Amino acid sequence: MVQGKYNFPVPCNLLIMRHVITALVENKVGVLARIAGLFSSRGFNIDSLSVGETESPELSRLTVVVRGDDSTIEQVRKQLGKVIDVIKVIDLTDTPYVERDLMLVKVNVPPGRRGEILEMVDIFRGKIIDVGQKDMIIELSGTEDKLEAMIKLLHTYGIKEMARTGQIAMARGTK
Amino acid sequence: MAKTGAQVLVDMLVNKGVEYAFGIPGGAVLPLFDVLYDSPIKLILTRHEQGAGHAADGYARATGKVGVCLATSGPGATNLTTAIATAFMDSIPMVAITGQVRRKFIGSDAFQEADITGITRPITKHNYLVKDIRDIPRVVNEAFYIASTGRCGPVVIDLPVDITTESWDGPYPEDNEVHLPGYKPRYQGNPRQIRIAAEAINNAKKPVVYAGGGIIHSGCHRELLELAEKGNLPVTTTLMGLGGFPEDHELSLRMLGMHGTLYANHAVTECDLLIAIGARFDDRITGKLDEFAPHAKIIHIDIDPASISKTIKVDIPVVGDAKNILTELLPLIQQVERKEWHEQIKEWKKKYRLSYDNNGVLPKPQYIIEQISEITRGKAVIATEVGQNQMWTAQYYTFTSPRTLISSGGLGTMGFGFPAAIGAQLGCPDKTVIDIAGDGSFQMNIQELATVVHYKLPVKVVIMNNGYLGMVRQWQELFYKKRYSGTHLEDNPDFVKVAEAYGAKGFRIERKEEVRPTLEKALAIREPVVIDCKIGQEENVYPFIPAGKTVRDAIIEGTFGGMA
Ligand SMILES: Cc1ncc(C[n+]2csc(CCOP(=O)(O)OP(=O)(O)O)c2C)c(N)n1
Ligand SMILES: [Mg+2]
Repeated sequence: MVQGKYNFPVPCNLLIMRHVITALVENKVGVLARIAGLFSSRGFNIDSLSVGETESPELSRLTVVVRGDDSTIEQVRKQLGKVIDVIKVIDLTDTPYVERDLMLVKVNVPPGRRGEILEMVDIFRGKIIDVGQKDMIIELSGTEDKLEAMIKLLHTYGIKEMARTGQIAMARGTK
Repeated sequence: MAKTGAQVLVDMLVNKGVEYAFGIPGGAVLPLFDVLYDSPIKLILTRHEQGAGHAADGYARATGKVGVCLATSGPGATNLTTAIATAFMDSIPMVAITGQVRRKFIGSDAFQEADITGITRPITKHNYLVKDIRDIPRVVNEAFYIASTGRCGPVVIDLPVDITTESWDGPYPEDNEVHLPGYKPRYQGNPRQIRIAAEAINNAKKPVVYAGGGIIHSGCHRELLELAEKGNLPVTTTLMGLGGFPEDHELSLRMLGMHGTLYANHAVTECDLLIAIGARFDDRITGKLDEFAPHAKIIHIDIDPASISKTIKVDIPVVGDAKNILTELLPLIQQVERKEWHEQIKEWKKKYRLSYDNNGVLPKPQYIIEQISEITRGKAVIATEVGQNQMWTAQYYTFTSPRTLISSGGLGTMGFGFPAAIGAQLGCPDKTVIDIAGDGSFQMNIQELATVVHYKLPVKVVIMNNGYLGMVRQWQELFYKKRYSGTHLEDNPDFVKVAEAYGAKGFRIERKEEVRPTLEKALAIREPVVIDCKIGQEENVYPFIPAGKTVRDAIIEGTFGGMA
């Protein structure tokens, strides 16, 4: 049992948790549509979905961040597994893993405040990749928390545009 | 020797043992139909692509083989979609082949272009858009394999017309091996889970088997019978499971769920162990979820891991093919008497026996179906439409062998039964095939009368003619103060004349005493016959557990003498 929002205990299996699930899929036309369609038709709530090539050209890796209680997450895993083009599904949540999200932010640079922004980007170990008259583009990668923290700070200057890749993730070590 | 894409495809279909292909031609499949013209595959021309799809489905349900249907691009393909969704919901092995516009026109809103792989993605087990002639053999192999293994289902192959005319001089692949790293159905149950299940069964005081369509798909009716007899286990089936366990057996509780017997529903409510086999806890079965089998530990045997704990938390899952699992389970099962439980069930059976008031001049639908059951001795293949006709059939026909009921369970598709009966008749030429129809549903694919007449198929259609979309009217009567909005079929045609206009025979039954002789006469004729039975307009299906309710809320008016 865990303490719920309104201070009464909620059974653990009904808690809505954030899960990072990765799937190895065949690199074929329509796979992404199949998976995106599955999420919408089954009413699964996803935070992000990203797909890209892997070490072998005929496979892609998909990373999806999804929220739900235990039984919803179990359905997500099983329904993904049923897609013919999906080879393997892993829920990373219970194993040690690393995750990264990449973000580009175009931020306003108010007169005289360039220095403090540069300092902040440095602390976050981000990069300035473009500088304009009144703005600059910052590149930052990291966990969701780190990106959110940076975004919060940048809001004080005014964010003009933002793009994110969504999470990609990988289990640590060898299995 | 060079072959066109159409030839490669048809050769592959022949290689797969396809006997019949149901369909309608059009621009994008002209080359394909041209090759079919002198191929060993018998082409069955229906009058609507939906009819072709349901016929392929009915053929598959009656025989267990893969049903094949064909349609042209665009409207031909979209007309197939209801049939594809119907097969998908009931896990029926089917391959649907659709024509597509030329490859270079795809995506350009070309004449008769529809993105059928996009449209059918959520209603197929898998689908293909073929882009290269050399992929045809692999795609056909995979499609038949995927459709007919694991949890079966429909597969669509979309074939651009220019591929079918292109030529390819080989070499054509010789083996039919498929290589699908992402598709490995599990057939053997985990031995440990099987042992745990056996132990639970042996220790149960009040067990019930809840058997679904998986019994039919896996062909394990004999193992189920053996299990029930050995363990002394009462068995109830879903609509899809009817025929999987003989209903004249003393352990049979007949069908459960919304229109199931009260004794089956009481048994499930009271049981301490529910043994679900090839069933998926559909809402028409469970009613109110948290009061479904509330005291029971649940064993769930199923080929689809995603079915386990989808709606109801399962205690002992066993994933695999039911036939293998039951075979492994049988030697571990002990003979247990469970006298009290069987006494209790006997009492419920007596108290809640299915019955109806058979007075009055008009024939009762239940009586008509009982007579069909008696005359055919449960040996006919019975197709149904959807609605009251379907539920009366499930209740009053005594099903004793698998693949004798062909009914759209999951999607509940009106217009399914008649074309499905066509496929079943072709698949089982020596059997009596009867579609028990509603006047509403029959009119959704009535054009297939031309098909039965042309191919001289002796399918019988028995219309329960209540002049209403009866099942919907029943809900309106009970829940909407008899406001019959859009359910009165006031201008039904004269079905006898319609049958005759198509070249079939037409009979009418208007009185109870005509039922038996007319049915006997019709069933003796080796020709298509439509029998229009005038039944009471406001006949209802009872018992009736309203959606989301429990057996305690069952509406039982008229079901049995004065009980409440
Ligand atoms: C294609 C389709 N449209 C609508 C429905 C909703 N529906 C369910 S039963 C029913 C009435 C069926 O009428 P009829 O065929 O006359 O059968 P009856 O219930 O009168 O026996 C309707 C409209 C459906 N199941 N399928
Ligand atoms: Mg009707």
